[in-house]
Amino acid sequence: MTKQLNLLWLQSGGCGGCTMSLLNAESPDVLSCLDMAGINLLWHPSLSLETGQDVSDILHAIVEGEIQLDILCLEGSVICGPNNTGKFHMLAGTGEPMMHWIERLSVKAEYVVAVGTCAAYGGITAAGGNPSDACGMQYDGEKKGGLLGAQFRSRSNMPVVNIAGCPTHPNWVTDTLAEIAIGDFTEANMDSLGRPRSYADQLVHHGCTRNEFYEFKASAEKPSDLGCMMEHMGCVGTQAHADCNTRLWNGEGSCIRGGYACINCTAPGFEEPGHVFTQTPKIAGIPVGLPTDMPKAWFVALASLSKAATPERLKKNAVADHVEIAPSIHLKGKT
Amino acid sequence: MSRKIIGPFNRVEGDLEVQLDIEAGQVNDAWVVSPMYRGFEQMLHGKSPMDAMSYVPRICGICSVAQSVAAAYAIADAQGVQMPRNGELATNLILANENLADHLTHFYMFFMPDFTREIYQSESWYAGVTQRFTAVKGTAAKDMLPARAQFMHMMGMLAGKWPHTLSIQPGGTSRAITSVEKVRLLGVLYQFRSFLENTLFGDKLENIANLSSVKSLQTWLVQEQHEQSDFGMFLQIADSLNLAVMGNATDHFMSFGVYPKDGQRLFQAGVWKDGVVSHLQPETIKEDVSHSWMKKGSDPKHPREGVTIPDPDMKDGYTWCKAPRLAGDVVEVGALARQIVNGHPLIKSLVAESGGNVRNRIVARLLELALVVIEMETWVKEVEPEQPFYHISSMPNEAEGSGLMEAARGSLGHWIRVKNGRILNYQIIAPTTWNFAPRDMHGQLGALEQALLGAPIREGEETPVSVQHIVRSFDPCMVCTVH
Repeated sequence: MTKQLNLLWLQSGGCGGCTMSLLNAESPDVLSCLDMAGINLLWHPSLSLETGQDVSDILHAIVEGEIQLDILCLEGSVICGPNNTGKFHMLAGTGEPMMHWIERLSVKAEYVVAVGTCAAYGGITAAGGNPSDACGMQYDGEKKGGLLGAQFRSRSNMPVVNIAGCPTHPNWVTDTLAEIAIGDFTEANMDSLGRPRSYADQLVHHGCTRNEFYEFKASAEKPSDLGCMMEHMGCVGTQAHADCNTRLWNGEGSCIRGGYACINCTAPGFEEPGHVFTQTPKIAGIPVGLPTDMPKAWFVALASLSKAATPERLKKNAVADHVEIAPSIHLKGKT
Repeated sequence: MSRKIIGPFNRVEGDLEVQLDIEAGQVNDAWVVSPMYRGFEQMLHGKSPMDAMSYVPRICGICSVAQSVAAAYAIADAQGVQMPRNGELATNLILANENLADHLTHFYMFFMPDFTREIYQSESWYAGVTQRFTAVKGTAAKDMLPARAQFMHMMGMLAGKWPHTLSIQPGGTSRAITSVEKVRLLGVLYQFRSFLENTLFGDKLENIANLSSVKSLQTWLVQEQHEQSDFGMFLQIADSLNLAVMGNATDHFMSFGVYPKDGQRLFQAGVWKDGVVSHLQPETIKEDVSHSWMKKGSDPKHPREGVTIPDPDMKDGYTWCKAPRLAGDVVEVGALARQIVNGHPLIKSLVAESGGNVRNRIVARLLELALVVIEMETWVKEVEPEQPFYHISSMPNEAEGSGLMEAARGSLGHWIRVKNGRILNYQIIAPTTWNFAPRDMHGQLGALEQALLGAPIREGEETPVSVQHIVRSFDPCMVCTVH
């Protein structure tokens, strides 16, 4: 890794939370990660010294081809409104819509990386009536297109890499950037929604600590209950693509371990689930969303069977905020 | 007279533009532009009230928990529910975790790197500061980032993750704390305390918390090795560059109060002016849109009646930010405001000497790191694992509520109105909305606009460094400002 790669990071229609999450990277920290991967920050809104004119100079130099741009990261969605003018975000100091800057810089980049669900698909900024006409770099929700168009390829002949998540786990970003830097990241590393398969080929359900409650359909009924949150609390961890329960957050957390539902924040359109986020929609008492790859009839049959077999311990603990009944102890000795 | 347009203004959260008229080597007039609009208030219209808990943290990646807490308070107010004591303690811990991490990020990553600019190379402290605080490459960030990340393990334990948690709810928290977890939380705090005492302050937190006057601060600085601590380094820079006469705004401060326990807030709500603290009267808050890119209504409105209809071509508009006023007045919010309102003796003494300015804003923020960590240790010990963390509540079909609290950057308010079980109106006034507001219908400049007047411009400066110190001394969050 002798060659330094130049990375430019821009923020538009988002909250900056993916950068804040990135600062949570540990062993090593984010600055060490970039150093290790041979990535040189041309500019980052939260980290770099340059402000004002110095930033405009960097952007112009990239557009003019005077500075090589290896990786362009956008955090936050592309803001197209109102009426496709982009006036809802004029890049400060430049008098030009941010979406034009993103377009011009994208064609100069070897790799274009959408950091977070906003940049990838539109995300939370596109919720409700999408007041700012937000979209993703290469997607508008589930539909390919977005700002750059379905056919877009960056200079390395790659589509936009969608590190989706709201926010992104710090290591989803550092891992992907490092894989790009050592030349190991190809289209084969991306799933059909452009997400790195390193984390998107897994389900949030994997490693869920409420697994035993799930098995016996012992369900939580209110926040702070210990039971499975699929039946009542809106949890879609069995369908959400991410490794949140095997690669934890902030040392030892995940949404589910924090006592609340997985809301599938790595998926396009998660911002409008069509029901209250924290309530499971049901038809005839059966959750509408079933575990991924699970045939419905089997799920219904197994669920009713396991419900009939739920041990008392799980029934009680599922609706308590601490363990009321501990697992029994079996001794081998015949005393 | 010449006009300067500065942007993209970085090391603030989000995008910012500052326009200046410069005459005779100083800023003669200023306009603060918040250049991005997303429209959360519009998005929330028609949603289920509980969905606010999923949307509002995503207004901001750096004040995410603060947004959750304000929403939880507003909904709890509408529902008439009270968190159990454990829920209150856990919420305070999560919020304090964010607020303190933000203070740290601001000092180390956003504010201090400006002193490494070449313009200061003849200063006696330049070599040391450059080695320590150079952006990306300095030694300070490498010390601070792991300490901050480990401190935020508290989020992993209590909030699942940061940013954007759903563990904070109107009726309490979704994550009960077990007895052994109390010990582990104390471990996290112990480690963070060590970083603050060894690296930031070079002294016990209690000694920082007990500083009581300008004089005691000066004495402290020259004792032992305090000058070599990061705080000590800042105080010397502040002295040599006269940061205490830079960036005065209105010297009229407001705090909504924060960290409730047993019916009292650790830092009290109130308003400070001319040495007198008075009661906060939230009913006198009104938002003026005369200079915003917003459709003009009649008179400024209380947020309960607030309207948000964006229009980029609005006459006289120059920012997406509205102009909130307290009984018609421009007030400053933030750690300095919080501590003067709460009557901390060091802050009272600093403000009596020089008002609200760049130095005093930074000192107040760092002081809070000491004050609040000490308090967090108590909160952890007070958690009673056998008692509930959450109370069930339900939303009436028609209700209204408000949630007023303090984020790291100052006073944050949410106002909700519910009709037919849906959100009829949701209005938010964020800390930086107060500080970075535009002019109002009476021509009063916003707090930062006032603070920039008179800022010295050095010969040949493209992006004046004094302006950067003043802007960043507020620790602005632009994504919250407009939301």
